[in-house]
Amino acid sequence: MLIPTIPETKPIKLSVRDMAFSYGQKKILDGLSMDIHAERVTAIIGPSGCGKSTFLKCFNRIHEVAADVDVSGDIQIDGVDIYRGGIDVVDLRRRVGMVFQKPNPFPKSIYENVAFGPRLFGVQDRATLDGIVEDALRKAALWDEVKDRLKESASGMSGGQQQRLCIARALAVNPEVLLMDEPCSALDPIATSKIEDLITELKESLTIVIVTHNMQQAARVSDYTAFFWLGRLVEMDLTERIFTTPKVQMTEDYITGRFG
Amino acid sequence: MNAAVPVFRRSRTSKVVDRLMRGVLWAIALAFVAVLILFVGAILKQGWPVLNLGFLTKMSETLDAGGGIKPQIFNSIYLVVLSLGISLPVGLGAGIYMAAYAGQGRALRFLRLCIETLAATPSIVLALFGMIVFVQAMGWSFSIRSGALTLALLNIPVITRVTEVSLLAVPRELKEASYGLGATKLQTILKVALPYAATGILTGLVLTAGRAFGESAILVFTAGTNASAQFPDFRLTVPGETLSVHLWYVTSDGTLPDAREIAAGTAAVMILVLLTLNLLVRLVDRAIRRRTR
Repeated sequence: MLIPTIPETKPIKLSVRDMAFSYGQKKILDGLSMDIHAERVTAIIGPSGCGKSTFLKCFNRIHEVAADVDVSGDIQIDGVDIYRGGIDVVDLRRRVGMVFQKPNPFPKSIYENVAFGPRLFGVQDRATLDGIVEDALRKAALWDEVKDRLKESASGMSGGQQQRLCIARALAVNPEVLLMDEPCSALDPIATSKIEDLITELKESLTIVIVTHNMQQAARVSDYTAFFWLGRLVEMDLTERIFTTPKVQMTEDYITGRFG
Repeated sequence: MNAAVPVFRRSRTSKVVDRLMRGVLWAIALAFVAVLILFVGAILKQGWPVLNLGFLTKMSETLDAGGGIKPQIFNSIYLVVLSLGISLPVGLGAGIYMAAYAGQGRALRFLRLCIETLAATPSIVLALFGMIVFVQAMGWSFSIRSGALTLALLNIPVITRVTEVSLLAVPRELKEASYGLGATKLQTILKVALPYAATGILTGLVLTAGRAFGESAILVFTAGTNASAQFPDFRLTVPGETLSVHLWYVTSDGTLPDAREIAAGTAAVMILVLLTLNLLVRLVDRAIRRRTR
């Protein structure tokens, strides 16, 4: 286990200790430990099937929706165990937002998509909602493009706009952490660069964990990079170091494209 | 060019077979539509001379010619509405339970088998069940309430199934998005899944209404073959002969001198109502699609 050694001024937001994840009889993740710092972008890289997405989903327990899974070890947010610490899963998911691989706006209007979260938590006042919606859309760099068509259906937007809408929707419930599961894999380069700019802006106030297949993207947007292989963490370090002087040979082989 | 890779060319026969099959399928579809048009046309042609305002607005006669079908129209609509009023909440609830709450275990498979069996039960069996339970055991005799409850038994499995299938068709990504924002299961069902599934459920509902509207066996044995002399009679305890029962009764009983005309007119009215109902499904479907997708 390698932990970054430079002095880090930001506190630890998420900490994972000796965590394992099984789906039925199949062990997907094993022996994982890492610290994720607040207001930093942490990228998770690794070949397909190495458990990156599964790892991400453990932070908001969204995998529990689909299947019976077994998570052992410790995952803490601000020092509180999210599996056993008496945390309400609904509250956890409000604090830990998620952006999915494929843009998944609701088949509702742009406004209703962003207002969906706040409404869940009882915000009904129109003026308050309007304010939240505008604020979230501005943070997602989408406001100027959609302010005149908030009532139109979200399905009429381009893929990149839809993904930024999904980010706005996640931001509207004021999360502390944003999980991004290959958020640009379905987008063209221009839309991708917009999302990347956005990530850099959002980390001012959020902890971001991003799974990506795109090595350049990890290098561009992240402060830390973790390399996964076959359900294990091979190496985690400052992104700069991972991409210049990785300590493990396998990491170097992967990022230089020799396997994976 | 790489010599190892053969040049792929579509064979002549596959083209011919493709054309041929297209023609065959076209012919089958055309034949089917032709039969349907002939069928509906024949009914409307016989019924048309009988259809006038008097026929639709007069009370029915039991012995003399010149009766109308006003009470039967009322009873048909009243029974469909009542039975849907009972079966919609039950079917919707059961469908939601099966799609969202029941586990994937043996119990669910058994429940699904029961519902499918109930859906496939011949209506005459339900009719006799309704007669034994509601008409005789409960002592409700031939009445609107016996008819509506038995008719509900016919509707419930269909509505349950349609609800379940429509809910299962909701994309997982949408449910994940909802849960990801902190929605509870109930909130996800009410705010995301049901609105998405609404077109499917509504279509199923209207089709169920059409089937209930045309049902005869069940109602002969539970709602009876007499219509109230009052109009409109909303009482649940009186017999309620519907259009399809009337159609069967006048032709098999034979005391009415103009039974043939009455039957033709009644059949035409039923066909027209069902056509309207099916057009309605399309309109509703399109409206919802435009609003939500």
